[in-house]
Amino acid sequence: MAMPQSRAPMRTPLGRAIGLGSAKEGVEHWWRERLTAIALVPLCLWFVAEIVHHAGADRAEIGAWLRHPVPAVLMLLLLATTFHHTALGLQVVVEDYVGHEGARLGLIIAIRLICVLLAVFGIFAVLELAFGA
Amino acid sequence: MPSDPRPLSPHLQVYRWQLTSVLSILHRATGIALSVGAVIFVWGLVAAAAGPGPYATFQGFIGSWLGLLLLFGWTVALFYHLCNGIRHLVWDTAHGLELPAVYASGWAVLAATAVLTVLAWALGLSHWSH
Repeated sequence: MAMPQSRAPMRTPLGRAIGLGSAKEGVEHWWRERLTAIALVPLCLWFVAEIVHHAGADRAEIGAWLRHPVPAVLMLLLLATTFHHTALGLQVVVEDYVGHEGARLGLIIAIRLICVLLAVFGIFAVLELAFGA
Repeated sequence: MPSDPRPLSPHLQVYRWQLTSVLSILHRATGIALSVGAVIFVWGLVAAAAGPGPYATFQGFIGSWLGLLLLFGWTVALFYHLCNGIRHLVWDTAHGLELPAVYASGWAVLAATAVLTVLAWALGLSHWSH
């Protein structure tokens, strides 16, 4: 019994092409970097204004300030957005300067994990100051 | 190693320094500096949440000469990265890409960084002394 003659590939041309370009991805990284940048413009201006206002403040004043919902929420947004933007930006620096593929991948993984770790530590601290005794 | 006969582009030091390239390098440098600053920011928050002792340690560091110097550097870096970042966002809309506009916005970013840094520190130090 003869085998079917058709040798049509099972995968579509799009399926074989996705992820194989020089960028390995689409506009996702670029787009997230822009989105977080836009969010960080008002958040950073707010943050600097608050730091200036609270210059030299003791721990009790910081706690009293973060017990208000608006500063607490803006602080959480600032932390999440800052470390997302930081991870994206540092990744590009590593991709540009680290030639060895293993080292590059290792550094990108380390940057990602450290950024998540710092963001979660910061978020937990803000929540503790907002809701703690 | 056999040498590759392909032509290479001249290396960095061949080129004359110019505003456009310096500002581009500064954007990346300030981004890296701010990444370090973000770690200190989290340290401050965690210290405040942890208790009076850890927070006093943090305040001792940030109030020292080294701490204040770093804080000033991060203020400059933040305002520069913020202003030049807005410049990049404008470029992303395909505006301001003619050479005279690129130079004008570059000088504007430097001026805005200086004004905002001086303003923030003048107000901050006046609050601190009260």
